Amino acid sequence: MKRWMLIVPLALFLVMAVLLYRGLFLDPSALPSAMIDKPFPAFSLPAVQGGKTVTQDDLKGKPALVNVWGTWCVSCRIEHPVLTKLAQQGVVIYGVNYKDDNAAAIKWLQDFHNPYQISISDEQGNLGLNLGVYGAPETFLIDAKGVIRYKHVGVIDDAVWHDQLAGLYQGLVDEAKQ
Amino acid sequence: MKRWLATAALALSLCGVAHAAIDTYQFATDAERDRYRELTQELRCPKCQNQDIADSNAPIAADLRREIFRMLGEGKDNQQIIDFMVDRYGDFVRYKPALTARTFLLWFGPGILLVGGVGVILLIVRRRKRISADVDPDLSPEERMRLATLLDKDHP
Repeated sequence: MKRWMLIVPLALFLVMAVLLYRGLFLDPSALPSAMIDKPFPAFSLPAVQGGKTVTQDDLKGKPALVNVWGTWCVSCRIEHPVLTKLAQQGVVIYGVNYKDDNAAAIKWLQDFHNPYQISISDEQGNLGLNLGVYGAPETFLIDAKGVIRYKHVGVIDDAVWHDQLAGLYQGLVDEAKQ
Repeated sequence: MKRWLATAALALSLCGVAHAAIDTYQFATDAERDRYRELTQELRCPKCQNQDIADSNAPIAADLRREIFRMLGEGKDNQQIIDFMVDRYGDFVRYKPALTARTFLLWFGPGILLVGGVGVILLIVRRRKRISADVDPDLSPEERMRLATLLDKDHP
């Protein structure tokens, strides 16, 4: 038996151990989005307030967050103050009111603050489907050309904004200036 | 008693309604119904990850079922419908992932391990055979003498 063969089992064990150890810290419910680097899907839907028709072209021009929310979504309520704060700091945020009662959505935006520059009413959930949304809240980061660059599933809190989104958003803003 | 019976009857009839409300699609043909069943069982619910969309009560699964029904009605084939889902939700939604460079190990990993294992066993068996073949069954005259003395200890 060649001497180097003796370390093969140990090497295999170490490779397995490293992979399994990494596996301990992966989130099995995290889905990579299939929409990254694809243009925002075409749509033609009424605005939540006023009912004016909104299309994908209205979202172009500036890098922005597109936040998918609903009044039925409990964690959207937690997220809402954070979005409001970001909007006050000048971050462009568009809202997709996903599978919701429009009257309830209007009341929500009146009762709390409205952080959205444009609110799209997706009562049937077709836009959500085309975006690959599987729960709310979900937030897409789009660039000035309306291409989806990043997706965050779950609540945006201060930590998520600072650690993940702020840098990406700033990067897109810088990219748009060039 | 009468009122109780009426309540029970109402509850029972409502059960039926609620159950039927899960899906009340009218298919044009039986073949279409079978394809619907096949597709909803092959696609995975993105929200409740270990259920197929036929099985899941999540609103998103209901939306996907509706979408599949709509596309079946439009005459799309199974591949087009699966591509539609994969475009939106990624390879994750397929219980049978497509064969690509990334899924190569997933498809062939067990086979490769099996072939590798059989190879290792064959190697070991062959080596054993060679080692045992190396031993000469015939003893030299000196060895015979020595064996005889050892066995015949008591009577030298």
